[in-house]
This record gives sequence, structure tokens and C-alpha cells, in this order.
Amino acid sequence: MAALTEEQTLIKDQATSWASAEAPVSKFRAMRNEGTEVGFAKPTWDSMVEMGWTGILVPEEYGGSDLGYLTFGLVLEELGKQLAASPLFASAYVGATALLLAGTDEQKSSHLPRIVDGTEIVTLAVDEGPRHAPARTAMEAKSEGGKHVLTGSKTLVLEGMSATHFIVVARSTGKVGEAQGLSLFIVSADAAGLSRRPMKTMDSRGYAELSFDGVEVSDADLMGPAGQAGEVLDEILDRARAGVGAEMQGVGSQAFAMTLDYLKTRKQFGAVIGSFQALGHRAAELFAAMELARSCGEAALQEIDAQSNSVAKACSLSKAKVGDFLHTMSNQLIQIHGGIGMTDEFDAGLYLKRARVLETLYGNQSYHRDRYARLLGF
Amino acid sequence: MTKSADLDGFRAEVSDWVQSNFPSALKGFDLGADSPSEKGVSGEFRAWRQALADKGWGTPTWPKEYGGAGRSDPEAKVIRQEIAKAGAFNPIPPMTGMGVTMVGPTILEYGTDEQKAKHLPGIASGEVRWCLGLSEPNAGSDLASLSTKAVDEGDAFILNGQKIWTSGAHISQWCGAVVRTDPKAKKRDGISFVMLPMDQKGVETRLIKLISGASPFCETFFNDARADKSDLLGDLNDGWSVVKRLLQHERQSQTSAPAAVKIDQEPLQEQAKRYVGTLEDGTLADPDLRLRVVENLMDAEAHKLTVSRITAEAKGQVKVSAAASILKNSMTRVAQTKAELTLEMMGNQGIGWEGEQFSEEELRSVRDWLMGKAMSIYGGSAEIQNNIISKNILGLPETTQQG
Ligand SMILES: Cc1cc2nc3c(=O)[nH]c(=O)nc-3n(C[C@H](O)[C@H](O)[C@H](O)COP(=O)(O)OP(=O)(O)OC[C@H]3O[C@@H](n4cnc5c(N)ncnc54)[C@H](O)[C@@H]3O)c2cc1C
Repeated sequence: MAALTEEQTLIKDQATSWASAEAPVSKFRAMRNEGTEVGFAKPTWDSMVEMGWTGILVPEEYGGSDLGYLTFGLVLEELGKQLAASPLFASAYVGATALLLAGTDEQKSSHLPRIVDGTEIVTLAVDEGPRHAPARTAMEAKSEGGKHVLTGSKTLVLEGMSATHFIVVARSTGKVGEAQGLSLFIVSADAAGLSRRPMKTMDSRGYAELSFDGVEVSDADLMGPAGQAGEVLDEILDRARAGVGAEMQGVGSQAFAMTLDYLKTRKQFGAVIGSFQALGHRAAELFAAMELARSCGEAALQEIDAQSNSVAKACSLSKAKVGDFLHTMSNQLIQIHGGIGMTDEFDAGLYLKRARVLETLYGNQSYHRDRYARLLGF
Repeated sequence: MTKSADLDGFRAEVSDWVQSNFPSALKGFDLGADSPSEKGVSGEFRAWRQALADKGWGTPTWPKEYGGAGRSDPEAKVIRQEIAKAGAFNPIPPMTGMGVTMVGPTILEYGTDEQKAKHLPGIASGEVRWCLGLSEPNAGSDLASLSTKAVDEGDAFILNGQKIWTSGAHISQWCGAVVRTDPKAKKRDGISFVMLPMDQKGVETRLIKLISGASPFCETFFNDARADKSDLLGDLNDGWSVVKRLLQHERQSQTSAPAAVKIDQEPLQEQAKRYVGTLEDGTLADPDLRLRVVENLMDAEAHKLTVSRITAEAKGQVKVSAAASILKNSMTRVAQTKAELTLEMMGNQGIGWEGEQFSEEELRSVRDWLMGKAMSIYGGSAEIQNNIISKNILGLPETTQQG
């Protein structure tokens, strides 16, 4: 754990005890069994709003507490440990980040306070195909005389069924595959021509597919100059990646804790299985990987807070290293638990399924290895 | 705020001092390759070593009375950084063999005032080189099964037995040795740690050649060798706790990049581009190699970030800790993989042993690659580090022999 301020320690402790008391993984399981369309429980979300977590990134003038990304990461990590489901990340982290980095003054003052008080759920809609590829945006934004007409589709939109607003990446100019020519629009979920349908994923969370059939938006809904959002989109996505990294660290460290506990209690051949060197060494390697990943994940959040000029590199490093750790850890979680690990009744499967989804969000490990190499110029 | 301002002031002072004291003739001196000893170095080298020693900056965190400068860890880091920035180097640790990194810190903890006054200043000034006689032919990872005997003879212990893999024994003035002082006690309870001068009739060393061609270490034989009783470190028969501590210091010292890695070394990806070439979009022409290079660079970065995270968590005072086992293994993996990648990308040029068809860099890469294989063996092998992590950090039970 990074050297934390007193305030950060308080928030982290609050998140730990709240998550295990109010939103333990058993609650997530119950929700999954019931099967909701939005993918979270309303009371859980309300109490997150009440605790002020929705304002962690938002400046005081818009009703937030402006405590920064590392602080938000601490909360996401603790929630990740219990697989606690809510729109907190999609809206108060990614949505708020997009508004803060790309929004006009009017957009900020109309949406940020409502993100903070929970009346709006604002989520980013970026990907269109099976792989994360912002430059491959095809959604068309035809612009004329202060109006923009959006046509196309979006997939795997986080909390897409509960969102009140979408921040949509669309193409004003250029060809698919080019980073230039992208624009960002903020679109109300009830805009004419916009339809959504749920996407049922293995992690049982709330995603949607969106279809834009000539959705009309005005200049006031355009975030920044048309056709020039490529760079700021990158900055938004990097912050999103670091946030996913924090949750992944939580999911992974819980998977590690469950595994270690099992190694110490499960007996075979007249001994606890953790006394077999092959397993002891596996645990040692997983632990080392977890510690190294944590350093990368925390460094990314700290670099964002410090507004350093190597945020992009740090965020790709984080997504790749934490992703690698979580990938291996979630597989070992099942393997080391043996048969019990394969049963739906045991929680391991829930962690494995969440792990794979988090890995793919905003670029998987190979996406970020490639990006890291490009950032280093080779 | 004030703290970092103080540190900035100190940084300026160090920078000025290094600028005006480091002889420019020594720029580019390869500490790693030339493993300097007092006899083989120039007058300028000696003057630079002396100037550093006078400041106490060769061992900045040691107390002033023993030749250090009584500085904090963050200040020591500033000194390291400013020395590196000026293209200079600190010759004192390598000139003392195991003196600065292992023996000194252990004497600081376990030594009597007399022992500290006798041994530490010579280490701090870089004049006295130490070797360590721990391993024996039948005691490697299982160090406590050592059998070199020491018999009480009044003022001294008389040593008989053989040590092996004693790095630098042939050029050291002093040796820290573990010996059996109570043959009847249980394995770990009858061991003591003694310090003895190498220049005596009872000590003989023979060089052992390595796969890399170098001979950095020896077989060392004790035939009625003498160790003064006043040079017993720690209590009689309590040598095991001294050694455990010493080994922690060893791991700690092996968690950062080896001294042989030069600051201005060409980054791995640039080297790769030079040998392999690039495609039109600027990516490396061999995509599989590119992937493995980037993984190694990410691992290196993760290692570096972990070292600084652990430092930050300890609020600048890094105590020797269990985390050293994690860091030792991760440093080893990064360095060994990097060495493999370097050879691979050099292709035909990466298999040379000697001769002018190969550049100095290429020949050096081959030797470094071979020498680097030792990293996962010495100082507790990679497997032993994993045992330490699973037992001491994770609290898993002692390994069953059948496991
Ligand atoms: C370059 C170099 C410098 C050295 N310098 C010094 C020095 O200055 N002074 C000194 O005293 N010694 C020194 N050593 C010795 C070093 O500490 C030993 O080589 C080391 O402790 C391993 O012992 P061993 O070689 O006998 O291997 P062994 O202990 O025989 O090990 C053989 C293999 O078995 C594995 N193994 C052993 N026990 C276990 C276990 N319990 N669980 C799992 N795997 C196990 C090991 O990991 C290794 O792979 C040096 C060695 C090298 C290579």
C-alpha cells in the first residue's frame, strides 16, 4: 500500500468495513440469482452516494470533495474484493472524468452535481466491435448548422441499462482506423432514435448495446471542438484503465486471500496442502506477482493525481501487469481449490468471471503491451 | 515541505562537491568489469576514493565515528543520484568485497564497540576487502550442516576445514566465517561467526574458474588457521542468528540493479532496433521478440516501482525485511531475461567468445549472460527465496520432505 494520508486511510477503512458488512459477495450472489436488468441493488447504490464516494473526483464547486484518483482507487479496490456491483465506477469515476477533462462549463455545472447526488448516471460509450479499439470508431456524426446526427452502434456500455446519459464517441471526419476526426457528445438516454438492449455477460453486471438511428444532438451537447477529441479521449480512457486496475487489484487480492486460506486448511495425504512445496512455491510466486502488480497500479493513480507527463505509459503498465496477475491468480484460485472450485455454489467462479471481464475492459493485456511498446517508440 | 526543501539544499551541496572532486579522467571507468583492488588502480582513482571516504559518503548512512556520514536513507539516495548524474561512481563498496553490503551492517548490529572501532573504518574507507566463508562442499542451501571446526585455544580459535565459493578470497584481507564450535549441539545451535585475517599461514585459497571464464571465487582451506577470540561476532554458539541477519543484508543488497549495469547503457529496445530493424510503422521487425522485450521492460519497471513503494511505505527508513526475497527473485528474473533477450537479438553476433569479429559489447553480453546465471543460485537460490516467502511471509507450514 502506498504511503497514505490520514484522510485516505479513513476512506479506505470505511470502504473495507462497509463492503464486508453492507455489500458482501453473498449480496452480489443473491442479486445474480434474482437476475436484475440493471445489475445492481438500488439501496447499495444509494448508500454509496450517501457516503460521498460519488464526489471523490468532483471539485467542491460542483458538490464533490476533490480527493483524487488514488483515493477513488482505494475504494474501488475494496469494492472489488466483494464484487460489489453499482454504477459508481461507470458514472462517478469514468463519467465524471470525461466531463472534467472534456466538458464545457455548462456541461460540468449541469451534470457533475447530479452525478454526485446520484440523480444522474453518466457513462462512456466507446467500443463498437469485439476488441477495444477507439480508433476504429465508425459511428457517424453528420454535422450541419449547429446540429449533429448520430448513426451507428455501441457495445458493452457499462451500466448501460441504468444510465441517464451517455458520453458517446463518434466520428466527425476521417476514416475508420484513424485516430483523428473523433468527437465526444453527451446524449440523454431518452433521446429520440436511441435504443438500448441489455447484454448479459458472464459477470452478471449491467451492460447494454446501444443503437443510434439518426439521433439529433445540438452544439451544446458537443464536448470540445468537433473532430478533435482523440487526445482527450485517450486521457479519459487512461484514467478509466487505472480505475479498472484498482478494482482488478481488489478482485485479485481477494482471490489470493481465499487461496491462501485454503492452502492452510485443506488436508490431503495427512498434511495441509500448503506444506507441499510445489504449492508453497506457487503461492510465493503469486504473492510476488501481486506485490509487483500493486506497485504498478498505485503508481498509475499517483501519476494521474500528480498530472505527470507519463500517465499514458503508467496506465498501460498498470492495465497489463495487474491484468497478468489477475489472470493467473483467478485461474489458480480454481485450480488450488480442486473440485470445490468448480462448483457454482462456491464463490471462486464469480471471481474468475469478473476477472475476465475486467481484463477486457478498455484494452486487455496484449493491447497494453503493444501500446507501451509504441509509447517507447518501437 | 521543509523536508524536501532541505533535501534540495543537500542535493545542491552534493552536486557541487562531486563536480569539483571527481577527476574527469575517470569518466567511463567500468567498475563492474574491472572489479578494482587497491593495487591495480591509478593515483587518481585512489584520490577520488579517499575524497569520498573523508566525507563519509562511501557509506553515508553509517555513523560518523566509524567512517560514515550519519545520513538518512533519503539523503543517501541523493548522494547516489548525484554521483550517477555526474558520470562518477562510488568505488568503495566494490573495493571492500562483502564489506560494505554485508559484513559492515552486521558488525554495526552485533559487534562490540571495540569490534566496530577496529573493523568499520577500514571498510568505510574502502581499504579493507572482506570475503565470506559460509558455503562448504556439503553445505550450500543447507548452510547449517557446515562442518568446519573451531577449537577454543585460550585467546584464539583454531580453525580446520574447507570452504567453497568464497568470492574474492584470494584478494581479501579479512574473512567472516561460520564455524562449528559445539559439535555435540543440535545443527543450528553449535555454530559461531568468527572474523579472521586472510594473510596467515593457516589459510590457503585456490581459484575456481566459472563458465563465464572469470575466476571471481575460490576454494578456501583452513589448516590450523587462527581467529582471535576478540573477533567472535555475536555470542559463542549463536552464530546462526548472526548469519541469518547477514543473509538478509545480502538479499537486500541484491534487490537493486547489479553494479555492472551502467547508467548510460543503451535501452534494450534501441539495441533491438539496431540489430533486428523496424517495420514501416516503426515497430520491431520481429513481433514475437518485440512482445518479449516489452514484457521485460514492464517487469523492470514493476520491479523499480516496487522498490520505491516499499521505501515510501517505510517512510524512507528501509529496514531489512522479508520483502527482500520478493525483490531478489524479481531482480533476478528481469536481469536474466534481459541477458537472454540481448543474446537472442544479436543473433550470430551474440555467440562470440573472443576475436575481432565481435564487438566489445557483444563479447561482454555473452560473459554477462553466463555470469548472470549465478544470480538465482547465490545468496539463497530462487527456490530458497520462495521457501522463505511461503513460510515467513505467508505463514504456510514447513515443507514436508515428501512434498
Ligand atoms: C557467483 C557465486 C558467488 C558466491 N559467493 C559466495 C561467497 O562469497 N561465500 C559463500 O560462502 N558462498 C558463496 N556462494 C555460494 C552460494 O551461496 C551457494 O552456491 C548457494 O547457497 C547454493 O548452494 P549449493 O551451490 O551447494 O547448491 P545446493 O544447495 O546443492 O542446491 C542445488 C539445487 O537444489 C535446490 N534446493 C536445495 N535445497 C532446496 C530446498 N530446500 N527446496 C527447494 N530447492 C532446494 C537449489 O535451489 C538448487 O537449485 C556463491 C555462489 C555463486 C554462484
